[in-house]
Amino acid sequence: MSTNNTFNTLNRRAFLRNSSLAGGGLLIGFNLFQACKPKVIAEPAIDLASLDYNDFNAFIKIADNGAVTIFSPNPEVGQGVKTSMPMIIAEELDVAWDNVYVEQGILDTNNYTRQVAGGSQSIRFGWDALRQTGAAAKQMLVSAAAARWGVDPSECTVSEGIITNAAGETLGYGDVVKDAAQLEVPENVPLKKTSEYKIMGKDTPNVDIDKIITGKSLYGMDYKTEGMVYASVMRPPAFGQKLVSYDDSAARAMPGVVDIFTIGEKLRGLTESVPRITSIISDSDKIVVLANSTWEAMKAKKAIKAEWEEVTKAESTEEHDKILTSLLDGNKFETLRSDGNVKKAFADADQVLERTFESPFLPHSCMEPMNFFANVTEEKVHLVGPIQTPEGTAGFVAQLLGREADDIHLEMTRIGGGFGRRLYGNFAIEAAEIADKAKKPVKLVFSREEDMEDGIYRMSIKYRIKAGVKDGKVTAYHLKEAAVNSNMYGLVPNFFPAGAIENYQVDTAKYDSNITTGAWRAPYTNFLAYAEQSFFDELAELMEVDKIQLRLDLLDNVKPEEDERIQYSPDRMKEVIKVAVEKSGWGKKPEHVHQGFVNYYCHNTHVAEVADVEIENGEPVLKKITCVVDCGIVVNPLGAKNLVEGGVLDGVGHSMFGELAFKDGKPTANNFDKYRLLRIKDAPVVETHFIDNGLSPTGLGEPTLPPAGGAVANAFKSATGNRLYKQPFTKTPELLKVPEKEIIG
Amino acid sequence: MPTYQINVNGASKTVDVAEDTPVLWVLRDHLDLVGTKYGCGIGQCGACTIHVDGTAMRSCSLTLAQIDGKSITTIEGLSEDGTHPVQEAWKEMDVPQCGYCQAGQIMTASAFLAKNPNPSEEDIENAMNGNICRCATYTRIRKAVQIAAENMD
Repeated sequence: MSTNNTFNTLNRRAFLRNSSLAGGGLLIGFNLFQACKPKVIAEPAIDLASLDYNDFNAFIKIADNGAVTIFSPNPEVGQGVKTSMPMIIAEELDVAWDNVYVEQGILDTNNYTRQVAGGSQSIRFGWDALRQTGAAAKQMLVSAAAARWGVDPSECTVSEGIITNAAGETLGYGDVVKDAAQLEVPENVPLKKTSEYKIMGKDTPNVDIDKIITGKSLYGMDYKTEGMVYASVMRPPAFGQKLVSYDDSAARAMPGVVDIFTIGEKLRGLTESVPRITSIISDSDKIVVLANSTWEAMKAKKAIKAEWEEVTKAESTEEHDKILTSLLDGNKFETLRSDGNVKKAFADADQVLERTFESPFLPHSCMEPMNFFANVTEEKVHLVGPIQTPEGTAGFVAQLLGREADDIHLEMTRIGGGFGRRLYGNFAIEAAEIADKAKKPVKLVFSREEDMEDGIYRMSIKYRIKAGVKDGKVTAYHLKEAAVNSNMYGLVPNFFPAGAIENYQVDTAKYDSNITTGAWRAPYTNFLAYAEQSFFDELAELMEVDKIQLRLDLLDNVKPEEDERIQYSPDRMKEVIKVAVEKSGWGKKPEHVHQGFVNYYCHNTHVAEVADVEIENGEPVLKKITCVVDCGIVVNPLGAKNLVEGGVLDGVGHSMFGELAFKDGKPTANNFDKYRLLRIKDAPVVETHFIDNGLSPTGLGEPTLPPAGGAVANAFKSATGNRLYKQPFTKTPELLKVPEKEIIG
Repeated sequence: MPTYQINVNGASKTVDVAEDTPVLWVLRDHLDLVGTKYGCGIGQCGACTIHVDGTAMRSCSLTLAQIDGKSITTIEGLSEDGTHPVQEAWKEMDVPQCGYCQAGQIMTASAFLAKNPNPSEEDIENAMNGNICRCATYTRIRKAVQIAAENMD
């Protein structure tokens, strides 16, 4: 999920392909990452009959009648790229959005790159390439029309797919598409100015809206083929366990049961070549029930009696708690960044503040439980389902089954929530091993309980933060991290306040657990933002300075031009702070409204949030969050606003309620009766403001989430006097109340 | 296995399933009505909400015996062409993100508004609180239910 802000241009040279279609039309595409390669391999398409649509990089298909199909290459998890990526192409292609039909592209490693939904990077990485694709196609179409008229292309204008020459004659894209397909793909095509945009920046509804509101088949869960059977899998009930034996006699006699067998052998073969795969999937044998329906498979699974043995020790939250604390107290750290000398600065400081912040494990709780379809035949391996990393997953399946990469045909369905969980295709690997053994098409379906018990969780983390103040200035800052399984990625130590404080150090330590953990929406920062931003609030209180002024003063010290490691822009950060102060009415609210402030940078985006907690009948209630976002150009404001609101509320919900504890190697909750997700009554109003600066788009799926928990904690502190050091906040309900002596009247 | 007659979206269907099969799975696996979604299986998330004689119910927790002689409406049958006022309001507000829970949200909202056409904000929140949206589109759900209420007058 890491990103590098030095990699921000794609438009050096183009890797373009175009071809005519067997059925007439033009296909043109632009390979996102290959776009950096200086080699142009585009050639005019010649043998029309030999061309198969699937063989070509296919962002755009223009039919002879002018109808435009745009293929959206990246998985759609609800972040809206199936609408916004094609909008970018359509803008530069200059067609009417109403005439565009959008289709989900399949996994095609020859022609697409980075078909990933993760790290909030689809639009950012696609920005130049998608515009070039549209603009290059437009230029070819104009050139074809100009040639037919015998005029110079510069004399032609285009509007909504209609080309007009100086004499006022017109040709539609469909009229010239066959000629255009024969042309060389142009390079360095001029792109529109932002002031010329007709599609981008306009509220554009989700392209799947009609299917969603009428219940059409869209998701992996909905996918069916002739002869398909359903698989339910019994996995080790606790982390660290392995199958010893099982009795399936009762299950076999149950209605609808097709077969019962174990899998695991092929997976263990895969672990020999890819040992790291065991960090996302147990290599124990698992018991598979195949049945004619989902219910019959799930029901028969419950009738199997299995015996398991402990291979590695069963772990618990209680233990993790002690381990992480002892890591923070100890000295087994890796230093990720060190400026100046924090030790000396603390010794010289007038005031020192040190606080520890704690977070639990979290499941992803995608509304669509994990599932995948697989059919393994001699000809190919057909995979269909919801996956954020189709290419990586197809690669694992090829290795698992000893097949060529080209044998794997993977289709992405619309995804009922990802949040990082579907970066890990362990369910697709299982489905492939089951289908290979069953010799028939299989759909693997997780129950909600399996989804929560066999997760790849957000790991429990503790942060200890220490700051030193000398002569009224923050002179030292030391962030220590202790995490289960994995530590923050390398760029995080270069986020704010790196560069703002002379003596600055970030240290990490970890404990290797047998519980599977991984990325969870806004990895690491989803908890770190709250910890650091609560800490700054408390630091300002200790220093007796204005909370926002402290942040602005620190930003004044940052010189990104002198330190290329710095990831954020102090100027853009100051701007979101300024607008948030303005829009939230900071400092101008009536007495019963208590506000909490956070500014943050992650996923290349600068965000400031203000939470309003109001006292109602003596109780503090979270009423509103004002969110100001600088994500550069907003491609689709309608979708972007939705994503901002969702990110903020996701941050609110998980910091308030989210907790998955472990006991004896098992989570103590396995469904929504015991695991609390945010509901409509818990949701504050979210007011969104975008900074309009015309800069290239950055990430949006994640960066509004991390600040939310901090804004909420700071607002509750203001309302109750209690600082919140542990997530979820509802775990310490006494701290969410106003002390009785303070309730007057 | 026993045979059941059920009335779904105005048509009578015959299914041959075990008597304990939840209506959710009868709809999805046996009748190909996949708009009704599986989310939790224990009536906690609302993704599987359908109408039983006009009342919103969780199909994951209903047996065929419980719907005997009753009329079922699923998202596919809420309107012929997606023009029920609640569907139109959902479209106007562009409510969905991932969209997986939205059929259940729409079924809850439409049954609620049929009984309470002039709801207060609090009524709306009470009615919709049983449906989880993991993408947290709640801000738009609130507005969409209000718009639908206005348009149903």
